[in-house]
Amino acid sequence: MNKIFRLTATSLRAMTSLYRSNQNNGQFLYISPRRMCTAENHNSLAEMVKKDRVVVFMKGTPQQPMCGFSNAVVQILRMHGVNNYAAYNVLEDQDLRQGVKTFSNWPTIPQVFFNGEFVGGCDILLQMHQSGDLVEELEKLGIRSALLDKEKESK
Amino acid sequence: MDPGVARPVEGTIRTKLTQALQPDHLEVLNESHMHAVPPGSESHFRVLVVSTHFEGLPLLQRHRLVNEALREELSSRIHALAIQAKTPEQWRSDPTLAKSPQCRGGSKHDSTVIPGAPQVLGFSIWEMERKELEPLCMCR
Repeated sequence: MNKIFRLTATSLRAMTSLYRSNQNNGQFLYISPRRMCTAENHNSLAEMVKKDRVVVFMKGTPQQPMCGFSNAVVQILRMHGVNNYAAYNVLEDQDLRQGVKTFSNWPTIPQVFFNGEFVGGCDILLQMHQSGDLVEELEKLGIRSALLDKEKESK
Repeated sequence: MDPGVARPVEGTIRTKLTQALQPDHLEVLNESHMHAVPPGSESHFRVLVVSTHFEGLPLLQRHRLVNEALREELSSRIHALAIQAKTPEQWRSDPTLAKSPQCRGGSKHDSTVIPGAPQVLGFSIWEMERKELEPLCMCR
């Protein structure tokens, strides 16, 4: 019974600071993380990365990134017209910050997930963008990159 | 003074990456001066590794190899690590070192980097290669 109460409380805490914000022409979901019990951390993270097609763990928010590398991820996604994604600010929660590193076995922030699968950090996303792979990967998610429309217009 | 002693973390990075990946080419850049940390810090690095070990591997796996080689340092002394991992052929066709984005001052809010560090601000506009991104100006 106590475990049920704890799990319920944890879920409620995680949901209490949810809000949506409009950014440019799209929406992004900024979630203020609450402290998560280490025991439930892994399961919570597994759920978090699957809930949205694009999930970013970053320093700061998409509106105000607090790290050049996190900002790079935000900028790249914005270039491709991806504004509807979940962004988690690890600076607000040290448990989350450490938890996501353990979860993905990746030592740094930012971290990008597509359909629940870890993609990489800023370097990888940048290289994917430069090589054109990012357009393809977004297409697999059912997201049409804005760059495709830009290319069409310029022809 | 022996530069290896003055820059122990950089030296360790070179040694470990050389041992693990036998690179054809290796560059290790201490980029801490670009961030909100005290002068002389060894917290933020960029590495370029050219190695046959990367052949046939996707980017993620290449970066994991580098992370694994530096696991101990990444869990303690290194706060940020930018990685370029190329095969010898890729390096020959494109021998350029990528640039790191400008700091957004996150380290000054982060006691895990340098506890009690004096605040050093380094905001500036960041331009990406296609200059289509709007520059984000940071105010204090």
